[in-house]
Amino acid sequence: MARAATASTALPVHGQGVVGTPWWGMLCLIATEGILFVYLIFSYGYLASQSRGSFVPGGPPALGLALPATILLLSSSGTAEWSKRAARGGNLGLSRLALGLTLLLGFGFVILSGVEWSKKPFALHDSAYSSIYFLLTGTHLAHVFAGLLALVVLLIWSLAGRVHAGHDQHRTLVTLYWHFVDAVWVFVFATVYLSPRLV
Amino acid sequence: MRRWVVLSTATALVGCNSTPLGYLEGSGSRSGDLLQSLAWGFLAIAVAVILIIAALIVAATQRARRRAARSAPDDVGREGGGVSAIYWGVGLSIPVLIAMAIWNFVSVQAVATPPHEPGLAVSVTGHRWWWEVDYQSAQPFGTLRTANELVIPTGVPVRLDLESADVIHDFWVPKLGPKMDMIPGRTNHSWIEADRPGTYRGQCAEFCGAEHGRMSFVVHAVPRAEFEAWLDHQRQPASTGGPAQEIFEAKCGACHEVRGTSAAGIFGPDLTHVGSRTTLAAAMMRNTPRNLALWLGDTQGIKPGAEMPQTKLDPVERAQLVGWLEALK
Amino acid sequence: MSTTFDRAAGLARGSPQEPVDASPPASLVPPAAGDKLKDIWEDSPGLRGWFGTVDHKRIGIRYLITAFVFLAIGGIEALAMRVQLAQADNHLLSPEQYNQLFSMHGVTMIFLYAMPILSGFSNYLWPLMLGSRDMAFPRLNALSFWLYVAAGLFLYVSFPLGAAPNDGWFNYVPNGSAEFDPGPNIDVYCLGMIFLGISTVVGAANFVVTLLRMRAPGMSLNRLPIIVWGTLTASVANLLAIPAVSLACLMLWFDRNLGTHFFEISGGGQPLLWQHLFWSFGHPWVYAVVLPAMGIVSDALPVHCRRPLVGYTLVAMATVTTMVVGFGVWLHHMFATGLPALALSFFSAASFAIAIPSAISVFSWIATIWTGRVRITVPFLFFASVILLFVIGGVSGVMTASLALDWELTDTYFIVAHLHYVLIGINLFAVVGAIYHWFPKMTGRMMSERVGRWVFGLMFGGFNLAFLPMHWLGLLGMPRRVYTYGPDMGFGVTNLIVTIGAFLFAVGIGLFFVSMLVARLAGRPAGPNPWDGPSLEWSVSSPPPPYNFAVIPLIASRHPLWESRLLEKGEPHSRLAEGYLLDEGKETLGVTPLDGEPDVILKMPGDSLLPLALSVALLPLFGGLLLELAWLGGIGALAVLVILILWFRPHEATRSEEKARVYG
Repeated sequence: MARAATASTALPVHGQGVVGTPWWGMLCLIATEGILFVYLIFSYGYLASQSRGSFVPGGPPALGLALPATILLLSSSGTAEWSKRAARGGNLGLSRLALGLTLLLGFGFVILSGVEWSKKPFALHDSAYSSIYFLLTGTHLAHVFAGLLALVVLLIWSLAGRVHAGHDQHRTLVTLYWHFVDAVWVFVFATVYLSPRLV
Repeated sequence: MRRWVVLSTATALVGCNSTPLGYLEGSGSRSGDLLQSLAWGFLAIAVAVILIIAALIVAATQRARRRAARSAPDDVGREGGGVSAIYWGVGLSIPVLIAMAIWNFVSVQAVATPPHEPGLAVSVTGHRWWWEVDYQSAQPFGTLRTANELVIPTGVPVRLDLESADVIHDFWVPKLGPKMDMIPGRTNHSWIEADRPGTYRGQCAEFCGAEHGRMSFVVHAVPRAEFEAWLDHQRQPASTGGPAQEIFEAKCGACHEVRGTSAAGIFGPDLTHVGSRTTLAAAMMRNTPRNLALWLGDTQGIKPGAEMPQTKLDPVERAQLVGWLEALK
Repeated sequence: MSTTFDRAAGLARGSPQEPVDASPPASLVPPAAGDKLKDIWEDSPGLRGWFGTVDHKRIGIRYLITAFVFLAIGGIEALAMRVQLAQADNHLLSPEQYNQLFSMHGVTMIFLYAMPILSGFSNYLWPLMLGSRDMAFPRLNALSFWLYVAAGLFLYVSFPLGAAPNDGWFNYVPNGSAEFDPGPNIDVYCLGMIFLGISTVVGAANFVVTLLRMRAPGMSLNRLPIIVWGTLTASVANLLAIPAVSLACLMLWFDRNLGTHFFEISGGGQPLLWQHLFWSFGHPWVYAVVLPAMGIVSDALPVHCRRPLVGYTLVAMATVTTMVVGFGVWLHHMFATGLPALALSFFSAASFAIAIPSAISVFSWIATIWTGRVRITVPFLFFASVILLFVIGGVSGVMTASLALDWELTDTYFIVAHLHYVLIGINLFAVVGAIYHWFPKMTGRMMSERVGRWVFGLMFGGFNLAFLPMHWLGLLGMPRRVYTYGPDMGFGVTNLIVTIGAFLFAVGIGLFFVSMLVARLAGRPAGPNPWDGPSLEWSVSSPPPPYNFAVIPLIASRHPLWESRLLEKGEPHSRLAEGYLLDEGKETLGVTPLDGEPDVILKMPGDSLLPLALSVALLPLFGGLLLELAWLGGIGALAVLVILILWFRPHEATRSEEKARVYG
């Protein structure tokens, strides 16, 4: 006679990391945002290839601010990962500290980018180059901003005790997104700063 | 002496066959012939494929109904079986596709480049919603700027430099060959050659705003000697003087040019020798005094949205102007 | 055995009061567990439940109804244009009115009807076909729907003011630039498309994750229904293609409002950049609005042919292949732009090649009929006609794939005819067939077969009368997007025939709407499986209970309900009466992506007003951008932020694992 019963073996609930569905959702978001940058970089390349005369006014952009900013952003990926792992190991204090450090590094990148923008001799509406330059770096900056916002909210929740060791999914997703934002920068950097030096 | 005018008018009537823009009949060039036979050939293959598939669907349904009648209602067929039909169908489709692709590429080769060096270069610039035609310098025939009608010598490949003054337009004379976009900021190159004299209708083929549908033109293909006579004549200034010319200079001269008068506007079509053209308002209507009077009397009613504003003219002025313009042969 | 006999014969006979299929559902609902699950899964009563539902079935039906409303609107726009074009030199519509009508007709049919209607079917059917209790992200599902409604309203906001988008669905620049189109028309288009893009991307991500994780145990990749393959392929394509058009629209909005030079030539911008970005999106999108519809035919036609689909694996592979090649043919929309003939030739060749996977589907369907036991039902008529219409649209597509011939064909009515054979032939005819097929599942009632034959006759006859002669118009040289034509062009008679056909077609669709309404109110009861179908959705009651499956089934073949007739004695059978019960909360099962092994228990969210709130909050955000009111946009942005924080707020930590409740 069939009847309802409780199984002897247990299954995880929600699941951590790749076992949960949100992780896969985040991958979809990253895929669609990633392809957005592909189209942006394509547009940059297309406008550059069709331009008469030099595309970048005043030669390739200087690296004086961009290189330090790149170092800040890439190292913030390391601290974000550190924070996630510390929380997984149960060390919430260390996790919060690493999270705060990530925020500092991220805001450092935003400030350096802002300085770089303000020092540009051209404005958004000057030329095709200025348009795509500000759109490409601006779209990336908007993503950095979104990531920072998520990190801030995560830190507040952590300090308020609303996320604790059991909420691995929140940390995993925010960290994953932050890694994506940092990885995209490598391509944006290569497009804006390196490609004019190569061609 | 004015034989070309008579002839052009005659061919305009001949050109008004049943489908002036159709490319299944009445081709006037080698490119047109190639595309015409390609269109008929592909059309025949398409119809054959459709008929075969339709017959297969009907036959399959009949067969399957008979089987349904013979089998128990809850019978269902096995999963295997029938796959060979896919292999056969696809296997037979592929050679047809390959043959069509080869035919296509052979035609592309022939249509994309002229058989020999073009003997004439004309630049055509699309405007909302008319065509500026420029017979370029550095060619044996001399230069000329005109509008909305293109006269070309038969048997001479004509290079076209296609540009746009505003939005994207598309230069298309279906009976003479392929269409080509006119894109602001770049010059696209194309060519046409008419083997047979006649009048061929052209049409803008890229959506360009309110009057896209009424942005047409005509191409007159005439024998070479006649073309040269036409060009010589068109290069002369046209002016008959009189009170109507003053009206024109005052009310139309800001936008239109008639060489030989003080009217030298560049926003609208050049109207020097407008009386010798076969059509009006970007080939929207035949060039008759009555049509011209209608056009001047109700520009925005006839072509809503056109850039030409309603010019204020009293009936007497209008009649004078029509007579003067029509006399600019 | 006797029940199936009754079902097959009972379609035509039997009294209109008794159900076509009187047998109990094949999926077992243990009485006590059924009540308990119903309490857990049912929406809250009243308005909160109505606005807050996350039930994929309700959302799916809402998608269908909304898309049909847009179909009707787009259809009325088309009829207005057909009246205008019925004779030469007609002055019923001004050029500006005509241009707005054809632009909104395209935008409506392509973006607000063709894709959402398929999302509706997929939303409704996926969990039922896959053996799950809901989609992976139910709240995201609701969000996708509400965003669709909000974006649709946004795109129509300027229509009554006579300032609707007027540069076509393709919106070429610089005709759509601020210089040549200074009104709000194109800003509405740009912002509306970005708005709608969010909805589509969100929905696509949901489908992808649902496919990967939300299946019954044993529902491995080689057992998925073809509509799942089609929607999965379309969803992946959407994730990768939508950003192209969103970016293009953002750039154009910048050009128009901030003076940038992406497309505007004076500062080095390129009008062709728009075309590259638009068609990088546009062509994959065309496949995205037909592949799920082809999946519908592949799944539902065999039911009426009384046999499984011929060549399942080939058809599934062809679906994916079509999309992969579809990403590489966008330049065939740009054959006349003056690009080098050699480069265009590659795209021409790829466009010829894309006919091959399509041929696989066509011959698979014909072989399925040929080797089947056909019952001439209304769904069968529609699905069989899809084959023919698809072939007509396909061969005209091959004609336009030819670079040389396309130099004549492009931008003529031949293309208009071709694209309508593809979009109406594959999408709308499959959709109407699918409604006849799944209406009993959705409502528990049958639609009238007798009226259905009239609907089919009017639609099929009207459609072909309208669109077959349109090919001829194109060959006679009638350009697209013209508000009128001269009497000496030779287009008059054919255009009149086209208009008559269009009205007949519209009458057919009107009758279809009426027939749906009548069936909803007074149709014959259907029972769980009126067509004797093989797939899982037919194993539950009609309409299905809110939890779909009381006992999560265990799948052993592609045709769980035909196994007694298809499988040998010793082969393992699917089990629909024992398995995971999961009645401790709003729970369902997550499986491993490839093999479909039970992996995790997923707690599903209940009703939520957040999706609706987020969609509403985006209206002031986009409205602020449109009207250039910073404060309005700011309020919207702030609201969006708050709602997102609420959305992702951490819940009380749950137990990290649980002993599942099972039955059997």
